[in-house]
Amino acid sequence: MRSVVPVLAVVAVILAIWYLACLPMNIHTALTNAERAGVAVQPEGAAERRDRSGIGLALTNPGQWADTWAQDKPRLPAPHQVLAELWDTTAMKKVTSKRSLVFHGWITLSATLLGFAIGTGMGIVLAIGIVHSRAMDMSVMPWAIASQTIPILAIAPMIIVVLNSVGVQGLLPKAIISAYLSFFPVVVGMVKGLRSPDAMQFDLLRTYNASRGQTFAKLRLPASVPYLFASLKVGIAASLVGAIVGELPTGAVRGLGARLLTGSYYGQTIQIWSALFATAVLAAVLVALIAGAERMTLKRMGLGR
Amino acid sequence: MSQATVIEAKNLDLTFQTNDGAVQALSGVTLDIAAGDFVSFIGPSGCGKTTFLRCIAALEQPTGGTLTVNGMTPEEARKARAYGYVFQAAGLYPWRTIAGNIRLPLEIMGFSRAEQAERVKNVLELVDLAGFGGKFPWQLSGGMQQRASIARALSFDADILLMDEPFGALDEIVRDHLNEELLKLWARTGKTIGFVTHSIPEAVYLSTRIVVMSPRPGRITDVIESPLPKDRPLDIRDTPEFLEIAHRVREGLRAGHAYD
Repeated sequence: MRSVVPVLAVVAVILAIWYLACLPMNIHTALTNAERAGVAVQPEGAAERRDRSGIGLALTNPGQWADTWAQDKPRLPAPHQVLAELWDTTAMKKVTSKRSLVFHGWITLSATLLGFAIGTGMGIVLAIGIVHSRAMDMSVMPWAIASQTIPILAIAPMIIVVLNSVGVQGLLPKAIISAYLSFFPVVVGMVKGLRSPDAMQFDLLRTYNASRGQTFAKLRLPASVPYLFASLKVGIAASLVGAIVGELPTGAVRGLGARLLTGSYYGQTIQIWSALFATAVLAAVLVALIAGAERMTLKRMGLGR
Repeated sequence: MSQATVIEAKNLDLTFQTNDGAVQALSGVTLDIAAGDFVSFIGPSGCGKTTFLRCIAALEQPTGGTLTVNGMTPEEARKARAYGYVFQAAGLYPWRTIAGNIRLPLEIMGFSRAEQAERVKNVLELVDLAGFGGKFPWQLSGGMQQRASIARALSFDADILLMDEPFGALDEIVRDHLNEELLKLWARTGKTIGFVTHSIPEAVYLSTRIVVMSPRPGRITDVIESPLPKDRPLDIRDTPEFLEIAHRVREGLRAGHAYD
């Protein structure tokens, strides 16, 4: 409980900075609105103010501060606006509604989970191959590394177009992009984990004349579990990013990525920010779920503290 | 010794190829170990005592000479699971309980579940760890962990027990205690034991034969038959006989060092 105060203090500081940042960001629009309503502002005329700095304008027009936190399409929406939008689009809408973030979140989540499952499965299989075959170690690992140096934004549209041309649409292309991002941390972590037992442990199994399969099942695999979970936490977050990126190039109408895209088309900054926050919350929940599974598994294995 | 020869080494050579050139780890090692013997290998580091033990266990391949274990090649003996090996570190799996760790070789060798349970129970009693089967390794002291690792090596009842400085990392008091326990265990099981150490009192106290080795190249400089009785209380270490053997071991070690 002692950590509550510092945590709240950090949140308060972030909120304070955020509200302050809204002043210079939104003051131009606030002054234009005020002038239209017949209020005197300094200096007069939108053209005159265009090149002035937001900070200076905010300081000379303290009367318009309130409006910087209450606009429809602000450059930077205030925290309470984002929260209100979040509340409105989650709790107040039916989950089947196209305006519900729960609806869009589920679309993205399903692609994330499918992609995560594919990526994790692929990562583990590749890691097992890499650890057991020198040829695979030499041939697969460089490609795995190379795959991650390509910007996902560049390759995502190609994946979608190629798959579309062979008739694959909907969930799968997004899941594949998501798997493309999430398999890598799993490969790296699992290879490290499967190789983590020391030479003595392998010698010991040799004295028992254990087969390769037994060495894998009794030593390598259990030894890799802590490494696997560390990778899964990175992998699930990467999966979510992949699913969202996969929604962008198609101009998709559903999913959190689609909310970001339509928000930017129509200048709906509040919608963009609330979709961003929904994504962050979703990522946090997914990572927390994996952390929970990790704690339970390690405890059952006697590795927990 | 009238018993059958269990381990027979003739002119054994082993050369490691390293980046700095060839290193001769063993040179012309000739030694017979009879059934029921307790043979200690003592010498400074680099004298090849561990390497020799690893050759017996087929964890290293000699480059010259012949070596048989139970009349087979070491490789065949390893496949026949002719020996239990105890390493310097206990090396228990942290994700297995003590009983689970001891069960490991039994699972690999395909013992039935009932037999596994029976054997685990027996060896736990043998190393005085009855009641600790359900604990995880981190809940036990270093000495207890090493005892569990000895139980693991004993569980499948091989006739030969190879021990590579098993008590090297333990403090003197625990070590004394475990030495005493090991002698009792040896008396009860009648196993042939190969024991690597760099402690003179430990070697003299435990062994029926002490093999003194010296480095560069690793070779045997002296083999001492111990006249001590089989029944050895800890204070036998203060008797003149004990001190005399210890003296001879020390002389042998010094002679080996005169080369460099």
